[in-house]
Amino acid sequence: MVVDRGDGADELIDRVFRALADRTRRDVLRRAMNGTLSVSGLARLYPMSTTAVQKHVAVLEGAGLVHLTRRGRQQLVQTEIDTIAKAQSLLAEFERLWRGRLERMGDVLAEPLRGDGS
Amino acid sequence: MTVIAVDRDRVGLALTIVSEFDAPAERVWQVWADPRQLERWWGPPGYPATVVDHDLTNGGRVTYYMTGPDGEKLHGWWRIISVSPPSSLEFEEGCGPPNEDLPPTTAQVRLVETPEMTTMTIITRFASIAEMEQLLGMGKGEGTKLALGQIDAILATTTGS
Repeated sequence: MVVDRGDGADELIDRVFRALADRTRRDVLRRAMNGTLSVSGLARLYPMSTTAVQKHVAVLEGAGLVHLTRRGRQQLVQTEIDTIAKAQSLLAEFERLWRGRLERMGDVLAEPLRGDGS
Repeated sequence: MTVIAVDRDRVGLALTIVSEFDAPAERVWQVWADPRQLERWWGPPGYPATVVDHDLTNGGRVTYYMTGPDGEKLHGWWRIISVSPPSSLEFEEGCGPPNEDLPPTTAQVRLVETPEMTTMTIITRFASIAEMEQLLGMGKGEGTKLALGQIDAILATTTGS
């Protein structure tokens, strides 16, 4: 089912998949997720020009996967994904906590009510 | 008890969990309204809860502590926003002193009774990731480190928000 939310969410998803369809960009993202790195530093890792690396980084940036910050003459690539991934895993933790609570509620409800009213 | 739906909103930091109980709403309400029953389910295994104050009225407070395996006490509180027995309860929750500068973490509980069962919907909206870690008792900086494999999970659920 295709849902048009009219808020550009589908376009963003398209951009994310397009960005990740390229091996170099996946590698750049993987490195960025392990720590901040610079565009010029990245260019030394791949057999391509700095301009070509910049283009790959721009595609990742357009998909909201990384953002660029400037430190002196260096352009630094930082990942956005860690925030969302962290939220995801914390929500999973809370889901686990609540599933446990609901199980215990069910156990309490399965017992006959005590007459002491406490 | 059966969990029938879960929604994790990663962007809005909210968790919705819908469950069904084979009991009337009046009975299910008691697990919230009776502090002795609340104590039996609130704390996770190994962290039994002791309810200190339990004023389930508008503006009222519930305070509790959970006792960990090493005897350490984790204190928490609710501030009741609204209460309407046996169908709805809304409260702010936290641990440690309330931070007035941040929007609070809130929980909404709704009970809907049908002839066969009671459906309970709980929506928790978290103030921040730091607050979530605090509520889980994880302590500062002890968060979860991203594993590369998680990106698949993120992409798989991108359409859900």
